[in-house]
Amino acid sequence: MQALTNKAQAVNRKPMTLLERLYLINIIKGMLITFSHMFKKQPTIRYPEEKREFSPVFRGLHVLNRDEEGRERCTACGLCAVACPAEAITMEAAERVEGEESLYREEKYAAKYEINMLRCIFCGLCEDACPKDAIYLSETFAPANYTRKGFIYGKTDLLIPNPLTEAGAFAEAKGVEA
Amino acid sequence: MSEQILFKVTVDGITIEVPAGTTILQAARQIGGQVAPPAMCYYSKLKGSGGKCRTCLVEVSKGSEKDPRPMPKLVASCRTTVMDGMEVKNITSEKVVDARAGVVEFLLLNHPLDCPICDQAGECHLQDLSFDHGKSKTRFEFQKRTFKKHDLGKNIQLHMTRCILCYRCVFTADQLTNKRVHGILDRGDHAEIATHIEKSLDNEFIGNVIDVCPVGALTDKTFRFKNRVWFLKPMDAHRDCPTCSGRVTLWNRGDEVYRVTARKDEWGEIEDTPDGQPGWICNTCRFDKKDASDWVIEGPRAISRASVISQGHYAGNVGTTKPTETFLAVNGGRAPHLLMDIHDESEVNKPNIHLGQIHGPSHGDTFENKIEKA
Repeated sequence: MQALTNKAQAVNRKPMTLLERLYLINIIKGMLITFSHMFKKQPTIRYPEEKREFSPVFRGLHVLNRDEEGRERCTACGLCAVACPAEAITMEAAERVEGEESLYREEKYAAKYEINMLRCIFCGLCEDACPKDAIYLSETFAPANYTRKGFIYGKTDLLIPNPLTEAGAFAEAKGVEA
Repeated sequence: MSEQILFKVTVDGITIEVPAGTTILQAARQIGGQVAPPAMCYYSKLKGSGGKCRTCLVEVSKGSEKDPRPMPKLVASCRTTVMDGMEVKNITSEKVVDARAGVVEFLLLNHPLDCPICDQAGECHLQDLSFDHGKSKTRFEFQKRTFKKHDLGKNIQLHMTRCILCYRCVFTADQLTNKRVHGILDRGDHAEIATHIEKSLDNEFIGNVIDVCPVGALTDKTFRFKNRVWFLKPMDAHRDCPTCSGRVTLWNRGDEVYRVTARKDEWGEIEDTPDGQPGWICNTCRFDKKDASDWVIEGPRAISRASVISQGHYAGNVGTTKPTETFLAVNGGRAPHLLMDIHDESEVNKPNIHLGQIHGPSHGDTFENKIEKA
């Protein structure tokens, strides 16, 4: 059969010489590489104690934001849920009643808000879609869990601490940017 | 009438023959698609509507065969009748596109842009209009107008700040009910839809003002904040109603009826019933029949692909038949060791809470109490 390309090469089947059969040179070559690595910088990070810096565009666990007065920004408009390609976000809206003005920013709020972290692909489209600056992807991983149940994140898991009543926790949650 | 006279009219280079007395807008709608100018106040099913919002402005580049001079100014196509040999420019005219952008800017001056809260979002004509013709920035630096809140009764919610004063609801009340109790009070910037001294709207056909409202100024209180329209399944359904045609669109979530509206055609107007009458529906159908068993479901409603409501609605009967559990069949008849029922963990869409059954919006305590199926 005619070759399609000129790249075919005949295999060299010549028997090895004595020096080659001893493998000494090759073993020494390999050891030298191993030895040289002793003087190189270690790329390993000892994870729980040491943490790698995140890129500023890292997209991790979601946070539901509050405004300066500690009111929830989310109005359950459903744009994050409709933008979500994994259909991970669900919510149920309720009307704010009198006396709840300090809790919710708008007339309507998300009574229930849930993200299924098993479905979420951390694409950040919810963050892009949000018209109220209410959802952000933080620089944190979703922690591991033994059961699937632990990955259904409700409002209690997602809401950022109130800046007025829990200022310390809020600053911690905000991280470096605060 | 003896013989119908047909006039030849050209809109954006497409010629059509229409009977004398047809408006330019109606002629353009017969051609269809992008050629039809948008309309915020004109409603073909309401006599006397139109001529207020100026969104349907078109350029008449040739008056008629006999008098080929162009019209000096842009004309409102909903109120101008065609002449024989008339040539109209809609989207092909730069003047029209520019004027429409200006009109949208004016309409949005006082509009609060609270679409994230508004129940009309997703089926709002002002949203569509500003998406197609609006600018992304505003030049308005002043306070938007605000109003004292009026209560229009237990079924209809009025958000006066969103109103664009199209008068459609006024015509609806005039033409469908025997006594109109709401209207436009005051004038200029203070003009507002209200009843004189806090009356509630409770005529049997007054619910149709919700359907004719092009924005979210008049919305259904029984559907208030229940869900966004694009997460609901629109289904054509009918019931044997003694007062109205009973032909409606149900907006379902699962098997629950969240909202009932009249059927709307591609122009957002109420569809005609087979006997040629507009298919207005009564308040009983709209507000009180929220059980799936009240209705005979005909099938999923066709929604334009351009609409956000079509998201998640696939062609054919997808969504109307329940999927069957295939696990046992593919796993040789063995049940799974672990199976998570999402309702065990999830707080949303609890099977024991039936939002469709409560009258009015849910509140914080709604989700703690069980609402049993009536």
